[in-house]
Amino acid sequence: MTPFRTPAGGRIDRGKPIRFTFDGMAYTGQAGDTLASALLANGVHLVGRSFKYHRPRGIVAAGAEEPNALVTVDRGGGREVPNLRATQVEIYEGLTAISQNRWPSLKRDLGAVNDLLSPLFPAGFYYKTFKWPRSFWAKVYEPAIRRSAGLGRAPKAPDPDRYAQLYAHCDVLVIGGGPTGIAAALAAAEAGARVILCDEQPEFGGSLLHDPGATIDGKAATEWIAESLAALGRRDAVVLPRTTGFGYFAHNFVGLAERITDHLAAPGARQPRERLWQVRAKEVVLAAGAIERPLAFPQNDRPGIMLAEAARTYLNRYGVRPGTRAVVITDGDSAYRAALDLAAAGIAIAAIADTRAAPPGPLVDAARAAGIVVHPATTIIGTEGRRRVHSARLAPVGGGPEDHVSCDLILMSGGWTPAVHLFSQSRGKLRYDEALGAFVPGTSAQRERSAGGCRGTYELDACIGEGHAAGREAAAAARRSPAVSATVSGDAPAAPLPGGERSSQPGDAERGRDVAGEGALPRRKIPKRAFVDFQNDVTVKDLALALREGFRSIEHVKRYTTTGMATDQGKTSNMTALEFVATSLGKAVPAVGTTTFRQPYTPVTFGVIAGAARGDLFEPVRRTPIHSWAAENGAVFEDVGLWKRAWYFPKAGEDMHEAVARECRAVREGAGIFDASTLGKIEVVGPDAAEFMNRLYTNAWTKLEPGRCRYGLMLTEAGFIMDDGVVGRLAPDRFHVTTTTGGAPRVLHHMEDYLQTEFPDLKVWLTSTTEQWAVIAVQGPKARDVIVSLVDGIDIARDAMPHMSVRLGKVAGVPARLFRVSFTGELGFEINVPARHGRAVWEAVHAAGQAHGIAPYGTETMHVLRAEKGYIIVGQESDGTVIPADLGLDGMIGKTKPDFVGKRSLARPDMQLADRKQLVGLLATDPKVTLEEGAQVVEDPNAPVPMRMLGHVTSSYASAALGRSIALALVSGGRARKGMKLFVPALDGTAQEATVTDPVFYDPEGKRLDG
Amino acid sequence: MLIVPCPHCGDRPEIEFRYAGPAHIERAQRPAELSDEDWASYLYLRDNPKGLHFERWRHIHGCGRFFNAARDTVSDRFVASYKAGQKRPEIPR
Ligand SMILES: [Zn+2]
Repeated sequence: MTPFRTPAGGRIDRGKPIRFTFDGMAYTGQAGDTLASALLANGVHLVGRSFKYHRPRGIVAAGAEEPNALVTVDRGGGREVPNLRATQVEIYEGLTAISQNRWPSLKRDLGAVNDLLSPLFPAGFYYKTFKWPRSFWAKVYEPAIRRSAGLGRAPKAPDPDRYAQLYAHCDVLVIGGGPTGIAAALAAAEAGARVILCDEQPEFGGSLLHDPGATIDGKAATEWIAESLAALGRRDAVVLPRTTGFGYFAHNFVGLAERITDHLAAPGARQPRERLWQVRAKEVVLAAGAIERPLAFPQNDRPGIMLAEAARTYLNRYGVRPGTRAVVITDGDSAYRAALDLAAAGIAIAAIADTRAAPPGPLVDAARAAGIVVHPATTIIGTEGRRRVHSARLAPVGGGPEDHVSCDLILMSGGWTPAVHLFSQSRGKLRYDEALGAFVPGTSAQRERSAGGCRGTYELDACIGEGHAAGREAAAAARRSPAVSATVSGDAPAAPLPGGERSSQPGDAERGRDVAGEGALPRRKIPKRAFVDFQNDVTVKDLALALREGFRSIEHVKRYTTTGMATDQGKTSNMTALEFVATSLGKAVPAVGTTTFRQPYTPVTFGVIAGAARGDLFEPVRRTPIHSWAAENGAVFEDVGLWKRAWYFPKAGEDMHEAVARECRAVREGAGIFDASTLGKIEVVGPDAAEFMNRLYTNAWTKLEPGRCRYGLMLTEAGFIMDDGVVGRLAPDRFHVTTTTGGAPRVLHHMEDYLQTEFPDLKVWLTSTTEQWAVIAVQGPKARDVIVSLVDGIDIARDAMPHMSVRLGKVAGVPARLFRVSFTGELGFEINVPARHGRAVWEAVHAAGQAHGIAPYGTETMHVLRAEKGYIIVGQESDGTVIPADLGLDGMIGKTKPDFVGKRSLARPDMQLADRKQLVGLLATDPKVTLEEGAQVVEDPNAPVPMRMLGHVTSSYASAALGRSIALALVSGGRARKGMKLFVPALDGTAQEATVTDPVFYDPEGKRLDG
Repeated sequence: MLIVPCPHCGDRPEIEFRYAGPAHIERAQRPAELSDEDWASYLYLRDNPKGLHFERWRHIHGCGRFFNAARDTVSDRFVASYKAGQKRPEIPR
């Protein structure tokens, strides 16, 4: 046992030594220690360097609010977690912890030069300093900032751990397992409610764990905790230790992060590391407790300066003496308890400096009775000691002779801040309590209630009473309401606690507190190096500077100084900053406001949020029925939406360019076979199907005969192209509609919207059939020859089955919808067969095509072939601002139709402008140059920037058929520019010259379609 | 995540639904007769009220139907939900 460990007492197991390392040094702690308590037990106070100035920092707190002691824990195998609070890391055999933000070592940190240069790093320094010269930004400032910014380093290796997620429902969710929360959970469970109780710590009990003298119902606190948890177990309550309620979302949806294995030396192979509980609670009881506030005095950040209650926690819960001789600086009563406990454990209390003129009360009397010197109306004006504090400078409030007191521990207490984070996240309105000098829950927005410390109630008896009442009330309210969301009736705001208003008497810790913090924050003189936000290195001086520069809103002050914006989100700093701003502006605190609390309460791993949604399970993968054939035949795949599509089929020794060129030649000269199964398909059926199609598509459908197809164009109501596809009419009341790949859900939703809400009188039924049909496209002059022997019951002769027709029959013995359509400009068929027969029919066609030199081709060849023909792809040649006329598709508009979705918009003046961007072809002057897709098109590349941009390249390929590059582009007034030379600038400053042409490069008369 | 009340199926979690914009914005019977300004405001002008908001939802991963709901945009509380085509209910303030 180390010399800093007390001989007895606390919640640690003295019989179980645990070895761990910190920055490579070996230490021993005891089972039940946190990393912070174990380090303190070894006399280690210096645990980190500060963010901006690299000042030596020690442990300030004992819980989630710790701003300084951030460490990286390396569990090996890529399990490296930065920015963990040492106060929450449970030690286990072999724990490897590393300090952060220092180089080369914690004791000899070169970045500490920043502290000497601190005048260069005032609030907002990055806004001011890094503006000029411009060339310095990329080369000097940004790398420097990137190197030094951030706390800790993100791990580089993939996270090998597994994370679980589950949904849970309950009547009453209690967040916080201190005395209040336990009482609430017990009361709710006894009233018959289904209860979930969680606490972020490994052990339930909260403040009781470091208050060994406390009694409840005449029992010792530990006994009461054990009995209460046993009673909860008997009532089947779900009790979750190591579980942080981190996010309160709408309709009582609460996120809990349960840490399952981080405290284990050897986790079981089947255990997930963490579990995300997504809880929907009928009622929530918030019992999150309160956080002690530091005081902002000069040099308040030296190792050895900690919160008074934290010191008490280390002593009583962990059996650690955090020092040998302590000075206490306080503006309230609660620090006296810490002083008394420390004195009883043999730590000398050199002095208590109390900023209040005449501190009253039994605790003060007890301190004096114990022989502790209490200096009223005294404040602290500085400290000394670099890696550990060695003295405090005390002086009367308002000035006077100063007193150097040597010490190795300073306990500070600036009062308490109720942990209203979750209440605020629930969108409840905070109320400023003058007597407490703190924000407390005001008006509820959801079905929750706060009790105990997070409501500003600090006395144990009152907390138990409030907890009990809150639990009972919550159980009753959960019974009254069948559901979380009211459907028609609305619901009442959360009922007030029994007894009406909250206890009007401030707790003893707060009575007579110097609310404005005047003693610690002298108004006239701005103290130096008085840190408000330890984690982001924000001082009182920084706040003063922000105010001097005219910032008034607390939200602006916060962003300018970055106070409260570190990983702790200002748990220990927000109120101090707010009080300083309010006092400086001569305003009341509520008039300055408080910043909004956001999820998460403490950092949550990406792993637990992602759960199983990573790697192969990150998102669904869609494969066509022919996928396996393509994979077996060497296809390279590309992702198109969620689909895996065969991109090209390289033969041995071929690169992509060669493979695509060969596939293109095969289609143009013989036949190609292409898997088009990803096309979206919707069956539109019913007596009013044609009328419905008339209203949803630009084209006229009434006269389309069964057995014929038409290219359909769908607009948004604003007139912009939304989707396109070939539509076959199978019967007077039945249309087979195809959509773009990936477009089907959007199109079906759009169709359903109009059918259900605008045209409910139409008798139409819509069915998604995308995955019901495999689609095999056979394209090329020999396409008919390839399939003729396989087709049964359909006359596919040239005139019997013309271009843009559809027939029902059999292909390779399988019932089929056979379309004669082309997206290549060649004679083509698309064979639709039930998906389960897709591969068999594909193989039959492929076999039959061998005699004709058939080649499987992928999406790249499909793109080249369609671009040669100037066929558009929605989303490539259109972008949500393009109307049919822009693409030369006016012919698709049924001019005589009185109305269709988007028609009225096409008549708006802006749609008629001559300088709208229009689809044209672009032929680079150098035929070997393939223009960059997405590149801008300009008139004069030498014009001064910003030069006018005429449009952009939408598609660009090397064309085998044409023996040169081709491109499509949207160009302002493009059709009138045909023959003109324009330029396409590249990022490297060069520009390619190109000639504007018609967008159809190949077979402009379309003769090949009639083959 | 909200609990959305579907008038056909009851309360269901938000992930089953798709939001579909403000409710009670009717498409004109004969859009051609509208002035450019009136048509533009039909297309683009929407209220963004703080408080009671009538809006459309579709129970896309459930019954598939569009319906209307009244929600308080401050508290996210649903105060009514009703079938498409039904009249806007009176909501006492
Ligand atoms: Zn439904």
